[in-house]
Amino acid sequence: MSEPGPAGAVAPRLPTDRWRAAEIVFWLALVAAFFLFPQHRVLGSQILITALFAVSLDLILGYAGIVSLGHAAYFGLGAYVAGILAVHGWGEPISGLLIAGLAGALFGFATSILVVRGSDLAQLMVTLGIGLMMYELANQLSSITGGADGLSGVAMNKLLGAFSFDLAGSTAYVYSVVVLFLLFVVARRIVASPFGLSLRGVRENRKRMPAIGAPVTRRLIAVYTVSAAMAGVAGGLLTQTTQFVGLDVFGFPRSADLMIMLVLGGAGRLYGGIVGAAVFMLAHHWLSDLNPIYWQFWLGLLLVVVVLFARGGLLGAIDVVRGRFGGRER
Amino acid sequence: MIGSALGVLFDGIAYGSLLFVISIGLSVTMGLMNFVNLAHGAFAMLGGYTCVMLMSKAGVPFLATLPVAFVVAAAAGIVLERTLYVRLYKAPPLDQVMFSIGLVFMAIAATTYFFGPSQQPVRLPDFLRGQVQVFGIGLGAYRMFLIAVVAAITVALHLLLVKTRFGAQVRASVDNAVASAGLGINVNRVFGVTFALGSGLAGLGGGLGIDVLGLDPTFPFKYIVYFLLVVAIGGAGTIKGGLVAAMILGICDVAGKYYIPQVGSFIIYFLMVLLMILYPAGLYGRRS
Repeated sequence: MSEPGPAGAVAPRLPTDRWRAAEIVFWLALVAAFFLFPQHRVLGSQILITALFAVSLDLILGYAGIVSLGHAAYFGLGAYVAGILAVHGWGEPISGLLIAGLAGALFGFATSILVVRGSDLAQLMVTLGIGLMMYELANQLSSITGGADGLSGVAMNKLLGAFSFDLAGSTAYVYSVVVLFLLFVVARRIVASPFGLSLRGVRENRKRMPAIGAPVTRRLIAVYTVSAAMAGVAGGLLTQTTQFVGLDVFGFPRSADLMIMLVLGGAGRLYGGIVGAAVFMLAHHWLSDLNPIYWQFWLGLLLVVVVLFARGGLLGAIDVVRGRFGGRER
Repeated sequence: MIGSALGVLFDGIAYGSLLFVISIGLSVTMGLMNFVNLAHGAFAMLGGYTCVMLMSKAGVPFLATLPVAFVVAAAAGIVLERTLYVRLYKAPPLDQVMFSIGLVFMAIAATTYFFGPSQQPVRLPDFLRGQVQVFGIGLGAYRMFLIAVVAAITVALHLLLVKTRFGAQVRASVDNAVASAGLGINVNRVFGVTFALGSGLAGLGGGLGIDVLGLDPTFPFKYIVYFLLVVAIGGAGTIKGGLVAAMILGICDVAGKYYIPQVGSFIIYFLMVLLMILYPAGLYGRRS
């Protein structure tokens, strides 16, 4: 914000990487929530894990424009890898989480080659197919995964050898916040880099990017792999904090809900995923107690309204309001 | 052995015919306007519930409910198209996906509210029940009826598209909407009518399919993968592609579940990913 040029003339430059005050307040609020709502720490850690998952989707959907209906494939893989490790005696959380992320990355890399080619519809179908295949696979390999009963007997060691995962979710919350923050910093750095800018270029005009020397396929494969790794970590985190894995980690509803959260929060702005996950899960938590059917109806209506009238989601709407009341941000 | 193979083939063709009727509207919608309409199954569900309600509440015979299912779904299609869909033709695919998922959620919730979450029963007329012996093989009478109806619909659609002025306008709009509009074709009207026709056929398929696919409020989500598959494998905007894709899917799904039940639906999903990679634009798709 050093010297705003004349209207319309924007100097070509990298997006600013400075942490803004609102961002610092945001992260402090997540820390404060730990102390303000001690009885809701379990829900809080679930929200943080979903937020991490949403940020991973935002990397490919919001920035690179890949519409994925099967991102749960990587989340679920991470969840099962972490779970199976723990069942077989590898109960150390942090290394387990790294291995879960690595599994996500490897599978993401292998499948990215299939996903990034082709049209939007082909991407939609291939990601959907990968998600459904993983679900079926986990369902059929019941000797390893526990099948429809889920994988029980996940026993975690103490985190860093000192903090055991308690029923109140205190360790889970702190663990989730730290992991979310670390990976968020990575994602934030990625999207502010020249690499991140080239992804936005691909999103805006895929055909023109090769003309300015950007290898589209390689860029997409790279970001897809990173995103899958983050999704794997999120899945591993869920397993470790709940000490259980069920087939639903691979389910289509998980992928669809995730996309809804991202669109509600605002895709292509990283914080949109976190805000969307928080709003969605809190609303779900309260409203589905009243009546699950009503919840689904209002969610559907909300989606239609957001798409028709409020593109950019919640954070987009906030931007509009700020712009209208004399904000000088843009 | 041969008998069971033929039986599986027959069931697969019947299943594929059903998929074709329901999906063909989706295929044309995607070919014409590039609209990713995940709510297509909701029109089929509407047709199915129309049939069930007419039969159980008003005592209308099954065959007479089918045209009504077509009309109701087509009417719902045209209303939604004119009021909501038309605003999103130029929107990015993500918006279209979210919008149609929203519609599906509302449809599921509303259906559950009015009709309850359970499976709806259908009582077929006596002459459509049981089996018919053809060359010593027992074939389901209802499935034969299905195949005959779908064959008739396919021929009618083909004639409509190839022999009539409206058909020529549809084909021109699918090939190049901008140039067609420049030639004086009212592309918007063509699309509205096509959307209504596609929704109507979905509704008809929903009614026809109660006995085979079942009918409950989660119908639109349960089968959306199959409908999308027909379009994606066949290539958007072609009848021939849709028909071939629907048959491949129907036969592979039935055969897979019959011969190797332990892998379940895995075969279909695997086939889908494989075909999408080999033919990103579909078997008969146009290269864009």
